[in-house]
Amino acid sequence: MPTGKHAKGKTVSRRRVLSDAAKTACGVALFGLAVGLYARPSRSLPADAVRPPGALPEKDFLGACVRCGLCVRDCPYDILKLAELGEGVATGTPYFTARSGPCEMCTDIPCVPACPTGALDHTLTDITKARMGLAVLIDQESCIAFQGLRCEVCFNVCPVRGKAIKLEYRPNKRSGKHAVFPPVVYSDDCTGCGLCEKACILEEAAIKVMPIRLAKGELGRHYRLGWEQKQKAGDALVTPDPEHKYNLPEGLRYDHSGRGLIADEPAAPRTGSALDTLRKGIREAR
Amino acid sequence: MSAVIEKLGHDAIAAKGRLGAHKWLILRRMSQLAILALFMAGPVGGVWILKGNLSSSLFADTVPMTDPLAFMQLIAAGHLGVASTAVTGAALILAFYLLVGGRVYCAWVCPVNIVTDTAHWLRRRLAIKGSARIAREARYWMLGLVLILALATGTLAYELVNPVSMLHRGLIFGMGFGWAIIAGVFLFDLFIMKHGWCGHLCPMGAFYGLVGAASLVRVRADNRAACDDCMECYEVCPEPQVIPPALKGERRGGGEASAAILSGACTNCARCVDICPHDVFNFGLRFPAAPAGRRQPQLIGTARHGA
Ligand code: SF4
Ligand code: SF4
Ligand code: SF4
Repeated sequence: MPTGKHAKGKTVSRRRVLSDAAKTACGVALFGLAVGLYARPSRSLPADAVRPPGALPEKDFLGACVRCGLCVRDCPYDILKLAELGEGVATGTPYFTARSGPCEMCTDIPCVPACPTGALDHTLTDITKARMGLAVLIDQESCIAFQGLRCEVCFNVCPVRGKAIKLEYRPNKRSGKHAVFPPVVYSDDCTGCGLCEKACILEEAAIKVMPIRLAKGELGRHYRLGWEQKQKAGDALVTPDPEHKYNLPEGLRYDHSGRGLIADEPAAPRTGSALDTLRKGIREAR
Repeated sequence: MSAVIEKLGHDAIAAKGRLGAHKWLILRRMSQLAILALFMAGPVGGVWILKGNLSSSLFADTVPMTDPLAFMQLIAAGHLGVASTAVTGAALILAFYLLVGGRVYCAWVCPVNIVTDTAHWLRRRLAIKGSARIAREARYWMLGLVLILALATGTLAYELVNPVSMLHRGLIFGMGFGWAIIAGVFLFDLFIMKHGWCGHLCPMGAFYGLVGAASLVRVRADNRAACDDCMECYEVCPEPQVIPPALKGERRGGGEASAAILSGACTNCARCVDICPHDVFNFGLRFPAAPAGRRQPQLIGTARHGA
């Protein structure tokens, strides 16, 4: 290359190098911004997608899963799926849909050790400790058990039957003589496997597995339940434990066994006019 | 230029035959397709040799393999307690590419390479001229961005759009609208920019390029004395800027340059090996610097110019 041209090329190219670098940086930054914005909404899992057992909390999970699908491969029931672009679940991450394919709660939990990164927490070895979500009997109006019919299918398929779902007992107000056995889910034991949702006999399940963040409320941290505190302490927290009293008007009692308010003696018949009563009250107040 | 393109490869075919002049291309395609086939043999045929996908996989149910860039994203995203499987897997893959050449990933493994090579082939066929100007260094910015995105969002944000994992995972697990991203890369390379994605933008290429800058197996121009300046290797090389030092033997500051192509950007695709009618290029190690089996250096400049 002739040196003259070379030298000239160099002065031009310095400016060009700088502007090229600026352009590149801007372009890449714009791309980054777009991806960053796109990444935001995909951080929250759609309500009907459930993560495999042992999955870290959603935010951590998205930073821990490499989207390899090894968990998908090791699930013997083939219920797990890697999200495809456009599905609403962060692309490439594993999930299942309870209504079409619930987790069968394998006792050896093969999906968890398959995970190379620990996005599925390897310390989970007891499947009943998994908390994939929480079943919620979300529609009591259409659940036929609530109408007094003996369905109880969800109760019967639950692998933690009797703990995660119990049947309650209530009188049937409609018929007046029968019982209603509504299924009630207990979050202490429900793994969120979704077998109940899958089994629900309705067109659209009345019991659904929800992400725990949607399914559960949370008591304020400062809140203490007196009776629990009392049990923990083994004794009354305030001594002497004051006996419960009702602030009832004089001459009235309350009966817990069903009789309700009881007046000790018939109230004294009113005398005089309303004005007399008022005057009497004012006098007493003085 | 068009004269060069029209007769591109003719000399090589004349010298080595059609097969000989495409030997490495054929091997490369076989490697790319075989890897894909091994991954797909499980879900399709029930033969589980390779499980998972390129982000992380398990070979023969025992050897873990994890993409080191995916691993780095995990760390950047704050998942510091990565399970040992992925740590071992990433170390194995890193060691492998340090041995065989970083961007061997690009030329021999990555499925997007087939897409962009096809775009490039079509571009040449349709004689599409003109190309956007993006610096080749943009990919290193992209690499930085990938890690910054992971750091800033605490998630593997780039993996939401990464065409490489999108295509590979898509082929094995289901693609959804992932095709759109792959089509985007194809059209970009075809109409907007020559070697646009792999040569300028892909952060995975950038990462493996950095690995390649230190890797052992390199393409060498051991027979550089026989070069007759036909320029065909520059024409077929996806990273032509890496060739001159090794081929011409001149270092920028003076002195003799290594006969090995030391730039990590070289993909070890061996297109130059295939295209050269005089077998100037060959696979070798990064050492020694001097051309091995040097043939009469005084022939430089005189060799076969008239032929
Ligand atoms: S526990 Fe069993 S059924 Fe449930 S996701 Fe894991 S492998 Fe599949
Ligand atoms: S095995 Fe782990 S890293 Fe791989 S897809 Fe499943 S959860 Fe993600
Ligand atoms: S999701 Fe349903 S079946 Fe599974 S543990 Fe909870 S209540 Fe039982």
